[in-house]
Amino acid sequence: MADRPQGHNKPKLSLHVPEPKFRPGDTVDFSDIGVTEPGEQPRPDEACAAQDTAPLCHDLIRVLGDDDEAHGPWDPKLDPETLRTMLGHFALTRAFDERMFRGQRQGKTSFYMKCTGEEATSVAAAMALASDDMVFPSYRQQGVLIARGYPIIEMINQIYSNKADKLKGRQLPIMYSSREKSFFSISGNLATQTPQAVGWAMASAIKGDSRIAATWVGEGSTAEGDFHSACTFATVYNAPVILNVINNQWAISSFSGFAGAERTTFAARALGYGLAGLRVDGNDPLAVFAAERWAANRARSNAGPTLIEHFTYRAEGHSTSDDPSGYRSAQEREEWPLGDPIMRLKKHLIALGEWDEERQEALDADCMDRVKKATKEAEKNGILGHGLHHPFRTMFEDVYEDLPWHLKEQAEQAIHERKTKFPEGLPEA
Amino acid sequence: MSESIEKTQASAPGEGETERRLNMIEAINDALSIMLDRDPDVIVMGEDVGYFGGVFRCTAGLQEKFGKTRVFDTPISECGIIGVAVGMGAYGLRPVPEIQFADYIYPGLDQLISEAARLRYRSAAEFIAPMTVRSPFGGGIFGGQTHSQSPESLFTHVSGLKTVIPSTPYDAKGLLIAAIEDNDPVIFFEPKRIYNGPFDGFYDRPVQPWKKHPQSLVPEGYYRIPLGQARIVREGEAMTVLSYGTMCHVAEGVCREKGVDAEIIDLRTLVPLDIETIEASVKKTGRCMIVHEATRTSGFGAELSALVQERCFYHLEAPIERVTGFDTPYPHSLEWAYFPGPIRIGEAIDKLLQD
Repeated sequence: MADRPQGHNKPKLSLHVPEPKFRPGDTVDFSDIGVTEPGEQPRPDEACAAQDTAPLCHDLIRVLGDDDEAHGPWDPKLDPETLRTMLGHFALTRAFDERMFRGQRQGKTSFYMKCTGEEATSVAAAMALASDDMVFPSYRQQGVLIARGYPIIEMINQIYSNKADKLKGRQLPIMYSSREKSFFSISGNLATQTPQAVGWAMASAIKGDSRIAATWVGEGSTAEGDFHSACTFATVYNAPVILNVINNQWAISSFSGFAGAERTTFAARALGYGLAGLRVDGNDPLAVFAAERWAANRARSNAGPTLIEHFTYRAEGHSTSDDPSGYRSAQEREEWPLGDPIMRLKKHLIALGEWDEERQEALDADCMDRVKKATKEAEKNGILGHGLHHPFRTMFEDVYEDLPWHLKEQAEQAIHERKTKFPEGLPEA
Repeated sequence: MSESIEKTQASAPGEGETERRLNMIEAINDALSIMLDRDPDVIVMGEDVGYFGGVFRCTAGLQEKFGKTRVFDTPISECGIIGVAVGMGAYGLRPVPEIQFADYIYPGLDQLISEAARLRYRSAAEFIAPMTVRSPFGGGIFGGQTHSQSPESLFTHVSGLKTVIPSTPYDAKGLLIAAIEDNDPVIFFEPKRIYNGPFDGFYDRPVQPWKKHPQSLVPEGYYRIPLGQARIVREGEAMTVLSYGTMCHVAEGVCREKGVDAEIIDLRTLVPLDIETIEASVKKTGRCMIVHEATRTSGFGAELSALVQERCFYHLEAPIERVTGFDTPYPHSLEWAYFPGPIRIGEAIDKLLQD
């Protein structure tokens, strides 16, 4: 027995509460982040045993160097046309974010979330998948829809919850859904999509299909039980699924330490489950593409699921309702050692002789113009709170496949209230 | 065996079909087998449901018959089981996950309440979660507080879920087939106290699960009982008894012993609820007693009581009586004091009929 008399020579226990290194006003020093040399990370065979990826769970897969050239075995060797397409998706995503953020400030919608600095983790990842692979995104993967060619006017209609919103004004802005683009409906409850993606992948395997599933979850949400259930099911059934963990360092104001980042990497969580794990520079579009393609090939050949940690940085606030200057140093964004994914791809294309500043300017201008036009067009369908919404009866549809008696009664009540409110005649809808 | 638990209404067996005496476990097994056979998209999964056939044997023999990719065991993770089922439903399968005891469903609640229930709504019907979550529920088998709960009202409170509770083998089979074919997520609670047959003495003694009592005649082959249709267990004039699951039998037994001419209604599905049958009966009898095993406060009886009051107030001759379990966790050794038995139900009947 280790019992001793009260107060006798027992060390006092203490609780560790994580604290980020920098708070507002602090000078930022990211020199402790292990920025690896691009091209030096080994690329195991896609069908390797999961444990063979162990070194890569603590490494950082990088392709693009400071010389703007691609290096090493993870270079996906994409042709210039594909790289330009990727850059186009990047530019459109950023222009879209800028405009929608402004739209929220102008009162056209209640809420918006940018993905600034993280564009590669959705755009480059989506381009590495087949267009009919099912994605189970979280709330910062607008780049997947853009990469898949979903019309941005449909995204804006959803953000405005107007009468053309295909989701009938029921979802928070940015909680898109598109079956046609194999883009699963987004939930605000975090990490719930992870076991769902595994279930979809299992179903695909049960039916002998060739489509795989991919899901995205923030590093903060990996603390949710759903994530651990998803990892367990994925490994148990060898589900053809990719679990993307976006480690953007911040979960609203809680830094990654509150999800356990002080002790290990998020990629290393794969090891305990027997999943293949990759840790990749999330601001390196070529590395993200290569890692996602590696995992997709692995899944598609029944070699198993993969967990990918995308090491990146949330350059903006969590959402329009957040002010990061209240909890982190403004310098962080400038000092982030892995740069900006769009700039890195642009410079790479220029280094290849396949791009130039003039074309970049023209691309940016074209994207801004496209977004502006789509915004104007969408506004004709209404903006949030301006009355151009779906008819009241639609509130009661789709709760069940058929309308049960109690919802019929409540729908009648809603219509009655509307008539009482507008006795002179209903406003135009 | 009471008359009431013999097959009553619903469709008669089709031409050339025969009937067998089955208990509820066998009837559920039969329904699953039929649906696995008819629809290649039906998947049965859950802890121990595969090789072993389930701790209550509801899935016995199914893996052998339909293979490991149609009927399989899962990790002990209710959140995972239900979350995975949502994804399978979105793919186009019809998963029938089993939660081994309803008491263990709570880790899966977020997936049920926030995801399965609202998927159709939030995606404007682009994605649906057509799944049937089977789970044994209720007490009376000395299961203690972790194997005895009746959490049905948690689910009836959630828009988008359907809640089904059979009380006979015949209904269990027909309702389960309808639930699996339904395009909405269904919670299918199986009253484990009557899994194996009726009780010895039918109300206030424990079930002896080792005694196998064939319970009702169940037709061979496919038939379905539509969700949202109550069953009139017994017609009567003196009062209406609204109940479901095990408590239908207990209430019926007490009324029979006391010689009360009660109209006993087995709700079968709580959502969607058969309000027409309830309303017609209460208007006819003028008195209403609600019996369920779940705890009283915010139990489904409160909803039933409110509905009857709203719709039948001028027909009522006495205040509505609610007979329920107590607002305590389920006590292991005292479960027969907890359980709404003949004394509690009998006193409520007396109160209802005193004027």
